[in-house]
Formats: sequence, C-alpha cells, structure tokens
Amino acid sequence: MRYILLICADESGVQALSPAEGESMMGEYMKFGEEMTKRGVLQAGERLHPTTDATTVQVRNGEVLTSDGPFAETKEQIGGFYVIDAKDLDEAIEVAAKIPGARVGTIEVRPIWEM
Amino acid sequence: MTGADGVEGAVDAAFRSEWGRVVATLIRVTGDWDLAEECAQDAFARALERWPRDGVPRNPGAWLTTTARNRAFDRLRRIASGAAKLEEVAVISRPDASDDGDDGIEDSGIAGSGIEDDRLRLIFTCCHPALSRDAQVALTLRTLAGLTTAEIARAFLVPEATMAQRLVRAKHKIRNAGIPYRVPPGYLLPERTGAVLAVLYLLFNEGYSATSGAELVRAGLCAEALRLARTLVGLMPDEPEAMGLLALLLLTDARRAARVDAVGDLVPLEEQDRTRWDPAAISEGLDRLDAALRRRRPGPYQVQAAIAACHASAPDASATDWVEIAALYRELVRMMPTPVVELNRAVAVGMADGPEAGLRLVDALDDSGALSGYHLLSATRADLLRRLGRPAEAAVSYRIALALAATDAERRYLARRLAQSSEPG
Repeated sequence: MRYILLICADESGVQALSPAEGESMMGEYMKFGEEMTKRGVLQAGERLHPTTDATTVQVRNGEVLTSDGPFAETKEQIGGFYVIDAKDLDEAIEVAAKIPGARVGTIEVRPIWEM
Repeated sequence: MTGADGVEGAVDAAFRSEWGRVVATLIRVTGDWDLAEECAQDAFARALERWPRDGVPRNPGAWLTTTARNRAFDRLRRIASGAAKLEEVAVISRPDASDDGDDGIEDSGIAGSGIEDDRLRLIFTCCHPALSRDAQVALTLRTLAGLTTAEIARAFLVPEATMAQRLVRAKHKIRNAGIPYRVPPGYLLPERTGAVLAVLYLLFNEGYSATSGAELVRAGLCAEALRLARTLVGLMPDEPEAMGLLALLLLTDARRAARVDAVGDLVPLEEQDRTRWDPAAISEGLDRLDAALRRRRPGPYQVQAAIAACHASAPDASATDWVEIAALYRELVRMMPTPVVELNRAVAVGMADGPEAGLRLVDALDDSGALSGYHLLSATRADLLRRLGRPAEAAVSYRIALALAATDAERRYLARRLAQSSEPG
C-alpha cells in the first residue's frame, strides 16, 4: 500500500534553528532518505517552502478564487512529505517514526487513494 | 432426542462461546469484515433451523465455522463477475483455508507459546492504536463479543445510527489505511497489549458504574469484559498483565451485590455487607493474582488487583491491611503517575499513617491544581478533616464536593456525610 507521510511542525521553530543545527537536521534527513531508498519503500519526498509562500486556489461557480496563505491557519504546518510503499499501516508507522521531524513535530500518515 | 428448548439453549450457548471465533476466522479467510459478520449470522440462523432436526453437532464451533465459510464461498462465487472477486474466491479456496480449526498459523509475536488463534488477531486489530478508543470498544463488542449495534448503542447511551456509523467508519479505516489483521510482532506487543487491556478495563468500568435498573444493559458490559478477559488469558497465558486484569475484574466484580443499597445508593467499601461479596469470584481472583505474580513481571493491573485482594481478604473493614495497600499505591504511582492514582494513595496513607499524613498529600495535590474541579478531591479532603476533628472545615469541603458531584447517588452520599459532620459530638 502507498502512504503519504506529511511532516508537520511549527515553521517558526525550523526557521529559528542555528546554521549548525539546520545542517545537522539536513544530515539526518539525508540519512533517512538513503536508508529508506535502500530498503525500497521510498517513492518520493520533497521539502516544501514555508506557508508564507503558499497560495490557495478554489473554484466556485466557475470562478477561480485565489488567496495567499495556507489552507488552514494552524500552529503546525506541513513542511515536507514522503511517499512510501509499505506492507501495511504498521510498517508505515514504523517508517514515519524514523523521520527526524517526528521528534519535534507530527507526522500524518495518510493512505493514498489508488485510482 | 433433545427438546426444542434444549436446542435453542445449545444455539444460545454456542453463540456466546463461538461467535467471536467464527467471525475472526471468516475475516482472515475472506478479508471482508462485513461479509464475515453476515455469514456468521447466517450460520447461527441455520443452526436454529437444522439442529432441532439433525441434533446438535458434536463440535458446534467447527460446524458453525464450516457453515459460515461455505456461505461466504457461495456468496463470493455468486457475485464473482469481476476479477477482484475472483481473486477473493481464489484466496478463500486456498487449501490451508479449507479445514475446520486453527489453520493458517503464521509467525506470531508470541514466540514459543504455540497458541495462535484468529480471535487474538481480531482483538489486536480491533484495538489497533490507529483507531479511536470509542471505535476500539465498539468493534470489540460487535465482532468479538457478538453484541448487536443496538445493544452497544444502548450500553454507551448514543443513538443507534451514531453507533452504526462509528462501526462503519472503523471498518473502512481498517481496510483503507491498511491496518494488518494479525497479532503484532514481538517488538510491538507490549504497547499493543496495553491497548487491548485498556479496552477491556474500560468496558468493565462502563458496566460497573451502572447502578440502577434502567442501566442493566450497561451492567451486562461487566460480564462481557470478564468473558473477554478470560478469553485473552487463555490466548496469552504468558502475559501476567492479562492475568492481572482478569484478577482485578474478578475481585472488583465480587463486590457488585454489596455496593448499592435497596434504594440504589452507593455503599462505600467500609460500610458494605461483606457477606454479600461473591466468595467464588474472590477465590478465583486471588488464584489468578497469585499465578500472575509468580511470573515476576509486575505491572499496573497486577498492582491494582493486589490492592483489590487486600480488601477482599479482610473479614471486616477494620481488619484492612492499609499499610500494605499504601505501599501498593506507592508502587502504582511509580508505574502510573496520574493525579487520580495520587489521590487514591493519599486515601490509603490517611488510613495507614493517620489522617494528618493523608491530608498532607491531598493538600500537595490541591496546590498542584491537577485535580481542580474534581469532586473526589474535595470529598477526600472533607473526610480527612472530619476524622481530624475539624468539622467546620470538613463541612466547607463537603459543600464544595456536593456542588461538583456529577450523579444524584454521589450527591446523596455526600449530603449524608455533611449532615454527620455537622452533628455535635
């Protein structure tokens, strides 16, 4: 089954990291990516720009409504994601728990709707 | 020849003992929770039809499982127009799925126990942490215990439609999120077993808090929780906390008849008529607790059972070994550092070392603010002050507790205490 692992954390916390802390965090993510690629579960993954760069789009009655900002104003924002192919939810949870961001934020595990 | 009543009784007994096993096996074989339940229902309906004519089979469980499985096979074959369904038929026709009992044994987390039962897969799946506690409880009662949606709804005081939706959502999540149908592997087992035990404990408490005739359906939850705890102990004989939970439930349930008086008011432990306690339940509870403690892997359920055992073994309230109970609560606080456990410890210390020592702990809890608004904090405080001969302060605390208490029975009890503490002398 394929799952998307959404990495949610408080953006201001990430921005407040010192260069050394940021570098060490990046190193951990690189390591995670290498391990999971080797294991064969990782299909895609990206880091996202902060929500200040986000745009929301809605179409209502045929009209495109564009506004700035994220979909939901919450304390935690989605900062990146991975797409994995795991045997079941237990494996997805196990992989999610290895993401460095799980220690400071929250990982949302969502099954992908296969068409 | 068995009479019609005898046969109905046999079907009834088979329903109680075999429903969970039939459903659990059918889920494994078909992978379809709804189909499993429907075919189990069909099998029991057929038993009511056939057993009066053909006699009760020697092994009712095997008969029911085979009948339900054949029914599932028929239904899948009939609707097997699409490739997906054909695949399911292929799964169901696998040779390892064709015999009667505990087939398809997989590597389980319980290494060496030799016991692998579909019901264990079922209960661990029902209690998967990706499901809400409400959903875990509802699924366990429906699929393992065989309660109807209407019965579960009544027991949890929600409309039947709400409960039906809760069950549908839970089953969808199991399928859509890929929750595996298995006993978790060893490294997950401690955490997952905790969730199973918590569900059974919650079930029991829901039933135990029911005190009046109108709540008899809820009282039935105690019996279900006990039955499921027994099943779990049978399935996980090496898990001392499962045994500890069963002991705790037995020792608590033993006091049921004595804990409510004729008008439905709660009778506190020290005032209960101990001749009305159930000696068979106490004796079994003590045996189960001994068996658990012999494993030398203590846990919160075993400690709580040990506390219940102290009460159960005391011939009257004044003979209660409060020193031992206070020591056990100290252990429990270490394992479960919650304010409610701290409060219970304060009560025990108040009995073991005197009200002054208990009051010190209660005051510390009060200062922490963790239990502000909790009526039992004020009620405990009031009780300690009463025993210290400070009636005016006790009355103030009783009044606070009265204002905060949630049920009429509790309010009547507190009002009685308030009146006593105001009496001169």
